[in-house]
Amino acid sequence: MHLTIYWQNFTPVLSLLGGMLIGLAAAILVIVRGRIAGISGILGGLLGVGRSAMPHRLWRGVFLIGLIGSSFIYQFFAPLPQSDISASLGTLIVSGLLVGFGTRMGSGCTSGHGICGLSRLSIRSLIATISFIFSGFVICYLVRHTI
Amino acid sequence: MKNIITLLAGLFFGLGLIISGMTNPAKVIGFLDIAGLWDPSLIFVMIGGIAVAFVGFKFVQNKSQAIFGESIHLPGRSEISKELVIGSLLFGAGWALAGFCPGPALVALGAGYKEAFIFVIAMIVGMCIHDNLFKTCRIK
Repeated sequence: MHLTIYWQNFTPVLSLLGGMLIGLAAAILVIVRGRIAGISGILGGLLGVGRSAMPHRLWRGVFLIGLIGSSFIYQFFAPLPQSDISASLGTLIVSGLLVGFGTRMGSGCTSGHGICGLSRLSIRSLIATISFIFSGFVICYLVRHTI
Repeated sequence: MKNIITLLAGLFFGLGLIISGMTNPAKVIGFLDIAGLWDPSLIFVMIGGIAVAFVGFKFVQNKSQAIFGESIHLPGRSEISKELVIGSLLFGAGWALAGFCPGPALVALGAGYKEAFIFVIAMIVGMCIHDNLFKTCRIK
């Protein structure tokens, strides 16, 4: 297959810098709290009603407040970049269900496996990352080029 | 103090997602759509993230406690289970459909996008369905 790079949208420098900031957050969380910065795991653990004692909830809640509040803080420095969301209501629901179910079953998402797991040289996370990127390529192709 | 630093870590994580362009689902789909005009930016996000996080994980590698005395919780499993692969394949499918994964969806929710709100609610329902079906909620 022939790859055509979308040069106008390609942002190697900003993406690398943003990625480094994500990595810094993951490093801070493991050094300061001894925890993995996997967003699906942090959210899932926060929601695990009755299974998790309060001290195990607090750091999750605090981290997620910082994450969710980041758009608000960003606006003080620069206009917030647009999020172009083309998915219909039905697609949003189906994709949300798949992401929620899949990340619980697979024990992680792009952050937990893709960033933290790979930087820990975890074979499990490598397999998970290859699996979700492969599946993403296939489903994207099917949805955008065959239907 | 440790909670203030944890709040900042969450903030940095979100700012990193915004700066890298990952809170824009169209850009994520631009990476996943290898048959269209391909935007490889996501690879650079991963390289930058892994390079810096690697140093953090090296730092705690032989330590038993984090700096405020809490124990370090690192995943200890090494088996390649079918749950790992099937779950990740399902996640990738959902990721490609809307262009959202959990982190960027929460940041977009914070920015006020109602689509992100719908996605996050569905994602939480999906998590609950899994945990109720399999009773394997692993919280350490």
